[in-house]
Amino acid sequence: MPAVSKGDGMRGLAVFISDIRNCKSKEAEIKRINKELANIRSKFKGDKALDGYSKKKYVCKLLFIFLLGHDIDFGHMEAVNLLSSNKYTEKQIGYLFISVLVNSNSELIRLINNAIKNDLSSRNPTFMCLALHCIANVGSREMAEAFASEIPRILVAGDTMDSVKQSAALCLLRLYKTSPDLVLMGEWTSRVVHLLNDQHMGVVTAAISLITCLSQKNPDEFKTCVSLAVSRLSRIVSSASTDLQDYTYYFVPAPWLSCKLLRLLQCYPPPEDGAVKGRLVECLETILNKAQEPPKSKKVQHSNAKNAILFEAISLIIHYDSEPNLLVRACNQLGQFLQHRETNLRYLALESMCTLASSEFSHEAVKTHIETVINALKTERDVSVRQRAADLLYAMCDRSNAKQIVAEMLSYLETADYSIREEMVLKVAILAEKYAVDYSWYVDTILNLIRIAGDYVSEEVWYRVIQIVINRDDVQGFAGSYLLFSPIISGRCVVPLVQFNLLHSKFHLCSVPTRALLLSAYIKFINLFPETKVTIQEVLRCDSQIRNSDVELQQRAVEYLKLSSIASTDVLATVLEEMPPFPERESSILAKLKKKKGPGAVSVTELDDSKREGGELNGGGERAADTAAMAASNASTPSPSADLLGIRSSAPMGAAPAAAGSLLVDVFSEAGPAAPAAAVNNDGFLRFVCKNNGVLFENQLLQIGIKSEYRQNLGRMYLFYGNKTSVQFASFSTTVSCPGELTPQLNVQSKPVEPLVEGGAQIQQVLNIECLSDFSDAPLLNIKFRYGGALQNLTLKLPVTINKFFQPTEMTSQDFFQRWKQLRSALLDNVDPNPENYVCAGVIQTKGQQVGCLLRLEPNAQAQMYRLTLRCSKESVSKRLCELLSQQF
Amino acid sequence: MQFMLLFSRQGKLRLQKWYVPLSDKEKKKITRELVQTVLARKPKMCSFLEWRDLKIVYKRYASLYFCCAIEGQDNELITLEIIHRYVELLDKYFGSVCELDVIFNFEKAYFILDEFLLGGEAQETSKKNVLKAIEQADLLQESEDWGSLQSDEIL
Repeated sequence: MPAVSKGDGMRGLAVFISDIRNCKSKEAEIKRINKELANIRSKFKGDKALDGYSKKKYVCKLLFIFLLGHDIDFGHMEAVNLLSSNKYTEKQIGYLFISVLVNSNSELIRLINNAIKNDLSSRNPTFMCLALHCIANVGSREMAEAFASEIPRILVAGDTMDSVKQSAALCLLRLYKTSPDLVLMGEWTSRVVHLLNDQHMGVVTAAISLITCLSQKNPDEFKTCVSLAVSRLSRIVSSASTDLQDYTYYFVPAPWLSCKLLRLLQCYPPPEDGAVKGRLVECLETILNKAQEPPKSKKVQHSNAKNAILFEAISLIIHYDSEPNLLVRACNQLGQFLQHRETNLRYLALESMCTLASSEFSHEAVKTHIETVINALKTERDVSVRQRAADLLYAMCDRSNAKQIVAEMLSYLETADYSIREEMVLKVAILAEKYAVDYSWYVDTILNLIRIAGDYVSEEVWYRVIQIVINRDDVQGFAGSYLLFSPIISGRCVVPLVQFNLLHSKFHLCSVPTRALLLSAYIKFINLFPETKVTIQEVLRCDSQIRNSDVELQQRAVEYLKLSSIASTDVLATVLEEMPPFPERESSILAKLKKKKGPGAVSVTELDDSKREGGELNGGGERAADTAAMAASNASTPSPSADLLGIRSSAPMGAAPAAAGSLLVDVFSEAGPAAPAAAVNNDGFLRFVCKNNGVLFENQLLQIGIKSEYRQNLGRMYLFYGNKTSVQFASFSTTVSCPGELTPQLNVQSKPVEPLVEGGAQIQQVLNIECLSDFSDAPLLNIKFRYGGALQNLTLKLPVTINKFFQPTEMTSQDFFQRWKQLRSALLDNVDPNPENYVCAGVIQTKGQQVGCLLRLEPNAQAQMYRLTLRCSKESVSKRLCELLSQQF
Repeated sequence: MQFMLLFSRQGKLRLQKWYVPLSDKEKKKITRELVQTVLARKPKMCSFLEWRDLKIVYKRYASLYFCCAIEGQDNELITLEIIHRYVELLDKYFGSVCELDVIFNFEKAYFILDEFLLGGEAQETSKKNVLKAIEQADLLQESEDWGSLQSDEIL
């Protein structure tokens, strides 16, 4: 039965609602609704003009149907008609319908805006409020365009009623949030700030939300609000519980306003004026004192309101991070809440303490609660509370308590909820690495981690562990005793074939990169334990390996199989010699956790910390140089085995190609305020000598793709900068320079790029290139941007090479050799009349001159060698072309 | 505050208020997901939870769940009391409010909410002032409706 409806006479609506409620099935409901829709449609279309009351009733029914989750495609016009009714309730229902079902129909928007305009200028406060509520509820750009300049006037006008001011303030806030460019406070600024002094508490409560939002965007213009806010807060805090009449809530004076005032102050640094600051500190102390007083009511509303203010005050204390006394008091107060019987308070205390832990003043005080927090992790019944406890343990961890915390987290992992396991695993891995004092503890922890929660150990963790183990000789002996690592490291115990079978039994469960690693491990087995050779060759030979649809796996299988069958034991031993240490780099798992939790979750100090301590653990950076040298010697020896197991095969293990190791730009390597001068990265350069499009550079933050086209002596290059993170890059800028000799040879012009690159977004830049004369150097591209406060600086060689300005020339063999001979004086005569040779001819186009070039490539398949001869009309060109092209083979 | 949802123990949505622009499809998806998440929680659990990049604050009153989504910086406890104050306003207006009142007088529930919260922020926290505004409107309505009651049809 319908409940008694108060003040309302829409009986038809009540009957319809009960009908719907009595429907036994979804089908019956839909049938009833369709019947009603047909009825309303016919009423709206009928000849008889509907009176306002009926219109209101039908519009209200349509609204009800929409709120049930059905689509409504008519009735908008009738609702708009209601807006211009003189009857308050009809107008009200019209506005409600518009607020809930905004339509982008431009004709309708014009009519709605007209009605709103009329109501705003009606000087009838109830109508004005309805109109303002509608704007605040819809908040569309069209409305901002129409009213953003009018509302500030209403807000500050002396004769505006309080209730209208309240609506105007929040209406403006909504418009500012959707269209900040249209809401200009300008001359009104100071009068808006002074609303903080308004006698009416409701006006202050509404206005302060607007002021807070505006202060965040233009702190300087609004900074006078600080002293006003402090004095207002001080008056509230010191008032007796009944002074504020209806603004007192369960014996707490103006809790909403107090919270908003404390929140506004968090937009600013501590007040510079000593008196204001003194007054504020007094307020904060009073709030902390009140927390110790006996409650004035047993009602939870009383304690919630009181504690809402307390938590907001603690947020402000943490924000200032400058009053050791207050910080420690805050910490003690939160410590009491950790054992409170209210789950909500325990949750909030754990959360709030997390931020306290990062302050140097309160870190030690937070640490004293370790036992309570560990207990919370073990005994809390609500997973979201346990999650907070885990977060806090992570935040309070340092060298002194790392072993205890890691052990507790590990034991918690055994029973942890699936939803938080992956994050827990990352945290344990990071803490273990960050605070490892001895390596056996580290390896022990990580292997335990893998045992307990193997499925949740992401690849990043695996790679990181392997990297660390390989870089430290002293850990290897320890890790070696574990089955898992033995084939990769040295393999001391256990029967090798058993090891292999165990390892291989898991092969089909692994991801592609892991399988690739396993295949490399297998070939190392063959080297170390010849008795496994036959078994492993069989594995490699089977179709699922040698014909694997993944190119990487297939190639490895084919190459390893061949290597194991043709190479002598000596060759095999050389090729499979122990990996050199990985170049020093930062933990990718920290990046992963950061990505999971958003950039705010891991503070900058934490990152700096891990950078320092991570460095120690990995045995110093000087090894990077060795690696690079080794890689270089690998690359320059064109033996077939270098190709097989060269640097590329180590790439999936998380090590960057060694040559780039020392130049690697990592998220954490430049976390400091000043970015070190970036070394030039020419890693991608050589790959583009013979191609025009592709990815030039990629790290964890940024991907740079290029697309280029050349005609005659002109070229155009499109650079695509992709932000791989979810956070925006600020102050993004790029410069292209032609150093030294290159300046008169090449002219590169670029258009500036947008300074902001949103997370996940890609921006494009066009370079126009003109070749003035032949050249050997490459232009440099420098990129600077801020990522979460850290300046990133990166310089790349742009792959603009002389051969890009080639124009192909057709010529017969006779012509070719005639010209070839004409140019012979410049080079040695070494013509080999072999039909397999390739010959090419072209003209390099520069602005100043044209340089004819002839090329001959003579492969010798047997010797696996080739000879490349270039003859050009200019010697410097043939020299440069020779350098460029010979590196391509 | 980004939005407020009222739903029953059976998962039926009774009131929805969105303070950020979202498409109907997104609104439905969010509602479905949140109703499911909140209903799955046990009675003694804490009233706050992280959801996407928002914080959810919810409380159950009899058969109705009140659920608010706030942003990272917002205060959970004061939001909990926003819910309570809204319940008090409904209770005072309807006189021991129950789910049926919200169903049959949904438009009133929206009007009261608009007087209390606007654009997701507290506009007027005084119970007296909010109810005064609503009662004034009712007085207007009664005088207006005097003549039209008789002509009301069932369909």
